[in-house]
Amino acid sequence: MAKVPDFLLHHDGDSVAVANDDLQPGTLQGLSVKEQTAHTAVLNEPIPLGHKFALRDHAEGEAIVKYGIKVGIASKAIKKGDYVHTHNMRSYRWEASRA
Amino acid sequence: MGSKPRLTGYRRPDGSMGIRNHVIILPVDDLSNAAAEAVAKVVPGTLALPHSYGRLQFGEDLELTFRTLIGTGLNGNVAAVVVIGIEPNWTQRVANGIAKSGKPVASFSIEGKGDLQTIADAARVAQVFLQDASEIARESASEGDLILSIKCGESDTTSGLGSCPTTSEAVDRWVAAGGTVFFGETSELTGGEHLIADRCIDDACRNLFQTTYDNYIKVIESTGANLLGSQPTQGNIAGGLTTIEEKALGNIAKTGSVPVVGVLAPAVAPPRNKPGLYFMDTSSAAAECVTLMAAAGAVIHLFPTGQGNVIGNPIEPVLKLTANKKTAASMPEHIDLDVSGLLRQEYNLTKAGDMMMDVIERTVNGRLCAAEALGHREFTFTKLYISA
Repeated sequence: MAKVPDFLLHHDGDSVAVANDDLQPGTLQGLSVKEQTAHTAVLNEPIPLGHKFALRDHAEGEAIVKYGIKVGIASKAIKKGDYVHTHNMRSYRWEASRA
Repeated sequence: MGSKPRLTGYRRPDGSMGIRNHVIILPVDDLSNAAAEAVAKVVPGTLALPHSYGRLQFGEDLELTFRTLIGTGLNGNVAAVVVIGIEPNWTQRVANGIAKSGKPVASFSIEGKGDLQTIADAARVAQVFLQDASEIARESASEGDLILSIKCGESDTTSGLGSCPTTSEAVDRWVAAGGTVFFGETSELTGGEHLIADRCIDDACRNLFQTTYDNYIKVIESTGANLLGSQPTQGNIAGGLTTIEEKALGNIAKTGSVPVVGVLAPAVAPPRNKPGLYFMDTSSAAAECVTLMAAAGAVIHLFPTGQGNVIGNPIEPVLKLTANKKTAASMPEHIDLDVSGLLRQEYNLTKAGDMMMDVIERTVNGRLCAAEALGHREFTFTKLYISA
C-alpha cells in the first residue's frame, strides 16, 4: 500500500497544509485532496495531528488560503514551514476575535 | 418469501414516518419535570423529556418554545405523548398542537392537584399508550418518508477533510433518492455563506437565506465580543481550527452538492410535497440545533465530529462519525463510524459514503446508535431573549 501522506491540503494553491499525524520538523510528503497531486514541504517545528503549517511565506496581513478560499489573515509574518494557529493567524470577518 | 425491505419505519396517523416508537412524557415547563420523570419511572419504557424553560416567556421566544414542544410531539419517532404542565392553558395548547396529527395525546396540569395525583393520573394513560404503541409494526419505508438532519460538533481539521465530506455523500444520495435533509448552524457559515447563497434554488430562497444569515450575525456582532474560544470553540482550537472562516468551510463541506430548496425558521417543518436540502436558522450549539431539527421532523441525524462531541437527543438517533484516528481510538464508545482511513488514503470518498449508508440503514431499521445506547438525551431549547 502507498505510504500514508504526512500532510494533506485541500486544493493545490492553498497556503497552508494540515498535519495528517503528529509531525516532527523535517522534509515531508503530502497530497492535495482535490487534485491528488503529490507535494513536498519542509516543516520548521513539531505540530500535532490536525494542526496547520505554512506552505509559503506570509507577510503580516496577508490572506491565508485553505479550500482555495481565504480563511483568515496572518496576524504577524509567517515563514514557510512555520506552525500556523491562533498565535499568528486571525479571522478577517470577526475583527474582535483574536488571541 | 418476499425480500426484506431495505428501509423500515413506523407510519403515523398523519402519514409521517419515524424509525423509533417512543411514548414520551413531555413537560410544558421546568416545574413539571419532576412529575414527568416520575411517570417515566412508574411506566418504564416511556421516555421523559425534561428541559429548563417554558415559564414567563413571551413573543417570538415563547412561540419558539411552543413550536419546539409541539414539533417534538409531532416527530415521526414519537408514537404517543403525555403532556404535563403546571397550569391547564399552555398545557392544553401544546396537547392540541400535537393532537392534530391524530396520534394519541393526553394532557395533565398540576395546579389544584399536586404532583402525586398528577403522576398517578398520567401514569395510567402512559401505560395504555405504551402498550398500544408496542403493537405498531414496522413497515417498508423510503428516503422520502424519513427526514435526515446534519450538524457537526467539536470539529477539527479532520472534519473538513474526512467526516464532513463523508456526510456530504450521504446528503447527496438521500436527496437523490427523494429525501429531505436539514442543515443549520447559521453563524458557522461565516466566510463561506456565499457558497450557500450560490446554491439556493431561486432568488426568493437566496434573499431569505441572506437576510436570515445577516440578522443572526448582526446579533452576534452587536455584542462586540471576542468570539475566539466560543466560535470556534476551545475544542475546535485544540483540534487545529483557527478562525470561524476555516471552521465554516469544513462545516459546509458536509452539505452535499445539491441545491438548497428552502430556508426554515427554527423548529419549522418543511412542506411535505417539496423534498430536498433545507437550511434551518439555528445556533451551532449541538444540542440546541438537533432539538430544533427534531422538532421540525428530522428522524435521524448525522453528526461528524473531530475532537469527540458526545451529544444525543431523546427522540432522534444521533449517529457520530469521525476521521480523527485519535478520537476514534480514545472515545470509541461514542463513534458509530470511523472514517479515518479516508485520510490515510485507504479508500476513497465513494467507499466512505457506502460505509455511511450502511450505518444509516442499520440505524433506521432499529440498531441503536452509540448515543442512544449511552443514554444521551439532550433536550435543549433555544432561548431568543430574556423572559419577562
